[in-house]
Amino acid sequence: MLQILLAISAVLFCFGLLATLTRRNAILVLIGIELMLGAGNLNFIAFWKFSANPEALTGVMFAIFSIAIAAAEAAVGLAIVIQVHRRLHSVDVNQATQLKG
Amino acid sequence: MDFLLIALIPLLPLVAAGLTALLKREQKALSATLVIGAQTVACVLSLWALLLAMCADNGEPGLIHEFVNFPWLTFGHETLKLGLLVDPLSGVMGAMVAFVALLIFIYSHGYMKEDRNYTRFYTFLGLFSGAMLGVVYSNSLLLTFVCWELVGLASYLLIGFWFFKPSAAAAAKKAFLTTRVGDMGLMIGMFWLYKAAGTLLFYDNGAGCLEQAALATMAKTLVGGLALSNIIALLIFCGAAGKSGQFPLHVWLPDAMEGPTPVSALIHAATMVAAGVYLVARVFPIFAATGTHSISLIVVASVGAFTALFAALIAVAQNDIKRILAYSTVSQLGFMMLAAGVGHPGVAMLHLIAHAFFKALLFMGAGSVIHGVHDEQDIREMGGLRRFMPVTFVTYSIGMLALAGFPVLFSGFWSKDAILHAAHLWPVSQLPFYMATAAAFLTAFYMTRQMAYVFFGQYRGHAHPHESPAVMTLPLVILAAAAILMSLPATPAWPAFEEFLKGEAAHFSLEGLTEPGFLQIALTSTAIVFLGIGLGWLIYGRKPLGAVDPIQTAAAPAFRALANRLYIDEIYDATVIRALHGFGSLAAWIDRQILAGIVSAVAALSFFVSAVSNGIDRFVINFGFDNSCNALREYGGAAASCEGGRVQGYLRLIALGTVILLAVIGWLLV
Repeated sequence: MLQILLAISAVLFCFGLLATLTRRNAILVLIGIELMLGAGNLNFIAFWKFSANPEALTGVMFAIFSIAIAAAEAAVGLAIVIQVHRRLHSVDVNQATQLKG
Repeated sequence: MDFLLIALIPLLPLVAAGLTALLKREQKALSATLVIGAQTVACVLSLWALLLAMCADNGEPGLIHEFVNFPWLTFGHETLKLGLLVDPLSGVMGAMVAFVALLIFIYSHGYMKEDRNYTRFYTFLGLFSGAMLGVVYSNSLLLTFVCWELVGLASYLLIGFWFFKPSAAAAAKKAFLTTRVGDMGLMIGMFWLYKAAGTLLFYDNGAGCLEQAALATMAKTLVGGLALSNIIALLIFCGAAGKSGQFPLHVWLPDAMEGPTPVSALIHAATMVAAGVYLVARVFPIFAATGTHSISLIVVASVGAFTALFAALIAVAQNDIKRILAYSTVSQLGFMMLAAGVGHPGVAMLHLIAHAFFKALLFMGAGSVIHGVHDEQDIREMGGLRRFMPVTFVTYSIGMLALAGFPVLFSGFWSKDAILHAAHLWPVSQLPFYMATAAAFLTAFYMTRQMAYVFFGQYRGHAHPHESPAVMTLPLVILAAAAILMSLPATPAWPAFEEFLKGEAAHFSLEGLTEPGFLQIALTSTAIVFLGIGLGWLIYGRKPLGAVDPIQTAAAPAFRALANRLYIDEIYDATVIRALHGFGSLAAWIDRQILAGIVSAVAALSFFVSAVSNGIDRFVINFGFDNSCNALREYGGAAASCEGGRVQGYLRLIALGTVILLAVIGWLLV
């Protein structure tokens, strides 16, 4: 069972990574990041469920923390996207290159 | 006895001053309420302390000293202690200071109403009063000194309150520096006293510096042929002379008139100048450690008598209403010092208290006059004001008669007679007595002159004189009553005041009046006073006064010398200040020619060293450093090209790196 869950999680992660790497739209990049975070959460839950001591709600706690952080990160990310759009009138991540060295 | 309440007496005005310092300029009513309120409570508490000192019944003869001491600083095995003291001396003085200061505070509300810096004025007043009450109730010369300096600071701030006037700023500086000269002596005396007595507490159950053991040691120790007690006493007297405006440190006092008039009243009556006499009365046991004819007391009496006569002479030829009063203060302080010097600090305190009331009255009256004629201070521009300002006129007359020593009714008569009597009985010399008598005559004379100029004749100015508001005249009335009532405990028939200071009960007996010597003195001084007033009236009262003083036409050179204050300021300019200036020039020359040469040599040396170091830097260190920097920059450029600004490019690298890392870890684990 654990293996199946880990495989799903790995696939999910890869989709997320792929989306993040290939998409030009910043919103979609953010969605990809969310996918990867979801994969991570799934791993937490899976490892917790099949751990030696599932009575302690460690995995759930971790997952809740990570969801909360993901929410915050999404908010910040969207705010950045909005600012980028204001400045460049586009959300294409390839155009936002002002910070290059 | 509850010393917390005693501590509150100086603390309340101080705290109120601190609070008003935080107020905004517009919060006039609040600041006045705070300070006057605090002062009222302090006044009530000080009256309570006086009552305690009166009722303290220890069943044995001698003075009552209730005190509390507490450690302040501990270093090594030494502990510096401070303390509070309630005895008849501090009780009387504290009540007077708090009461007169309170009246002046109330009066200030009327006088300073229009001033922009009204709240600041009240802050300084509170500081002044708190510091002075600290001096009064202190049981340690150290605490006295600290508060003493605070008084100096407050006086500086208040004299220079109108700092935008250059003369006021200069007067404030002069007051501060002149008193500092005396305070230097006081400080050295204090250190020496600490070394000799091991403590600065006045009373400490036999271990204080004013108690028998310490006094005996100091009287026995000889330094250069003088008893140590006398040396310390003289050093302390330096400080007292500075604060109390004794010759030769009197120069600041008349200039202090530049401050607002309530400040003049405060400085001249209740606080600053009284501090010097009070200090002498307080540490009188040190002065008298080698008997009541000790060298230190002879110096005090001589300085006092000389100052009394000298200042009275100058007062004759002054034309500024406040300056006349200022010189009369200097003169009266001379009387007090004389009384202390001839061995009667109680008489000195009696005159101090009586003088505080009528001099505060006179100054506030003068303030009322100045206010009434729109900030004119020259008495030649006044005249006939008794018709315009009846309340001020009546109260001022009472103050003037008290100062002149008009017989029987007024406190000044009894206290001055007590001083003359004491000086007459002094076995060392009769000279101070004659000088004081002459000064008494002059006092009556110049006060009559002032009255004639200000209140009689025709108005010579150009303003529209008017009576002052009630907030200003009411304190005048109260003080006028006090100037008369103070004569009651001062007569020899019922010498309540002196006996109280000695810690004895006073008995009413008319024999005091007929005591050998006294009647004679009293009649003489009465005659002198009438002579002074009569002569003054003869010269100034009968004819209309012009711009030129009648004496000036009669004896021009003498009048000019007096009007110029006997050139004391000029003498100081020519001697002390020029000497300091010369010394400064010398120091500047040494600076420029010798020290500057050394500095230049050092600079040249460091120039050489730095040139060498510069060469090393440029050709050795920089060479290697520049090369390595260039190399770094090249590699940095190569590395920077990876950073294209495309977020996804970075992420790609991160993902690639992670995969490689995982592969390596996996390979290592397997």
